[in-house]
Amino acid sequence: MSILMDENTRVIVQGITGREGLYHTRNMKAAGTNIVGGVTPGKGEQTVEGVPVFDTVSQAKAATDANASCIFVPPAGAADAIMEAASAGIELIVCITEGIPVIDMTRAMLFVREHGARLVGPNCPGICTPGYGKIGIIPYQIFTPGSVGFISRSGTLTYEVVSLLTEAGIGQSSCIGIGGDPIIGSTFVDYLKLFEQDPGTRAIVMCGEIGGSDEEDAAEFIKTRMTKPVVAFISGRTAPPGKRMGHAGAIISGNTGTAQGKVAALQAARVPVADTIFDIPDLVKKVL
Amino acid sequence: MKIHEYQAKEILARYGIPVQPGKVAHTPEEAEAIARELGGPVVIKAQVYVGGRGKAGGIQFGDTPEGAKEAARRVLGMNIKGLTVEKVLVTSKIDIKEEYYLGVVLDRASQAPVVMVSKAGGIDIEEVAATTPEKIVKQVVDMHWGLLPFQALDIVTRAGLPHETVRPASAILTALVKAFIESDASLAEINPLALTTDGKVQAADAKILIDDNGLFRQKEYASWAEPEEANPLEYEAKKVGLTYVKLDGNVGIIGNGAGLVMTTLDMVARVGGKPANFLDIGGGAKAEVMYKALTFVARDPQVKGILVNIFGGITRGEEVAKGVIMAQAELPKGMPIVVRLSGTGAEEGRAMLKDAGLDWGHDMRDAAQKIVAAIAAKG
Repeated sequence: MSILMDENTRVIVQGITGREGLYHTRNMKAAGTNIVGGVTPGKGEQTVEGVPVFDTVSQAKAATDANASCIFVPPAGAADAIMEAASAGIELIVCITEGIPVIDMTRAMLFVREHGARLVGPNCPGICTPGYGKIGIIPYQIFTPGSVGFISRSGTLTYEVVSLLTEAGIGQSSCIGIGGDPIIGSTFVDYLKLFEQDPGTRAIVMCGEIGGSDEEDAAEFIKTRMTKPVVAFISGRTAPPGKRMGHAGAIISGNTGTAQGKVAALQAARVPVADTIFDIPDLVKKVL
Repeated sequence: MKIHEYQAKEILARYGIPVQPGKVAHTPEEAEAIARELGGPVVIKAQVYVGGRGKAGGIQFGDTPEGAKEAARRVLGMNIKGLTVEKVLVTSKIDIKEEYYLGVVLDRASQAPVVMVSKAGGIDIEEVAATTPEKIVKQVVDMHWGLLPFQALDIVTRAGLPHETVRPASAILTALVKAFIESDASLAEINPLALTTDGKVQAADAKILIDDNGLFRQKEYASWAEPEEANPLEYEAKKVGLTYVKLDGNVGIIGNGAGLVMTTLDMVARVGGKPANFLDIGGGAKAEVMYKALTFVARDPQVKGILVNIFGGITRGEEVAKGVIMAQAELPKGMPIVVRLSGTGAEEGRAMLKDAGLDWGHDMRDAAQKIVAAIAAKG
């Protein structure tokens, strides 16, 4: 079992003919993902990587009955691509693009909600369910199927920690990079809800970082609503206030968004917080 | 991106928000000429990227053009929180009766801009926010419509602004939200919004931050970028396309992916080292990018050794190794470098590093310990 993607997931790639789109379409197919088509305006009726290309998402949806989309469109057009997917009735939209203007995301989020779609990202590595494939850019070979759900705000840190879990013999149910931007489609709490309901998940690892209050919200949710154990890690303990640490969302403003505040909130919810990523596998073994 | 007060006011003026006439001066003589042109008493305001200018003495008055020249002489060259004042805004002095606060900020929780209005504006607004938050009226902007005039009127009325000001103040608030949205701002504040003794409502000071992600389409504002004196390296890094943040330790740090680099900084601190910087080379970097990153980090005179931590996905180990070897020749002689490679091309990369006599770590912790020890050994 898993969350978000399973054997019924049919994926189109928006921006499939671009360099990133092509490369990752190939990788997603190699991972077993059911890629049913792609969209690049002006490139309709071409075929790339063995799948048909369409000019619009609604054409692609009509022809392939896709229910998920992976977006590699550049920042200037990415919010529009998200809204196009939602408008066409795509249920799961995974947006990899980094650098989307925040004001565009404020509009895109309204649109996505009004169309009842789920957005993962933007500025994220995507999602992966070992055994079914992946949507996005996470290296598939680091996974092994199992019962630990994984959620993280970062890409390469996800790869690092998933590798540690796999090396320690701890398999994963589903893994989601939620995105490093200030405005993202779904937050830790949204995914915790899904993992709580997923019979295939027994425990969750959550990797947060400085900035915003999503980890604090997650702590509150875990305390009051979760029955499954959660293990956490927070990066950015040495980050100074007021500096954007790579991710647009990773910034401490005033007293909000500090690593210390997040660690304290999680500990108050009785969530074990790993000191370093190397402590995560042992903490997971203890709660399983 | 930060911009100066005079630039923020230029944006506000384009949206019809009243501001006092004024111009920027770089010398006392220029300030004198501007004061003469404006006529009447003027205010000389330091243009630096920090708050608290008034309390630091960076705002002074001149009743005559000669007085303006003297005031500008005092403010120019002044050091405010580590920044040297290189230019001043010379603007007509106004007689302020009351000070209000208008702000728009991007709110992560509501995923929309939030408008804030307070009757208690002026230099102590942060204290108002901390001690009597009920004096600040907040409302989320519905991004379908922006802030509608009747909503603006409702907010300023609820904030308790006097009747005679609600029409102009709400018009200013509506315009401020429009300016915020169209300028790709992440913050726009008018503080104070001044009610003058002759009954006018105008923006006496303004602060705007522009979303870096919006700069590709805000070409004019992007051209306003200036090196921050406190951080010349950060400005240069941005120009060459590196995501770099200067810190105050001696261990240079380079990695791929923001979360991984942050975690690497934490690990270095954990094993007793002090990170000198954050540098994320992003995904899929080629040897040239690694070379550029290493030579860039080494330009910081505080850096005594460099840790490279790469988890290869679309970034390939051989490319990383090639870049490190290219850069090695140009780094200060004997500067320790420890490379940790994992994932795609790690084996090949490690072999190349070994041939070049470079040190590597098995994992992040091992690499962090090695670089901290190597720096300590050098004293």
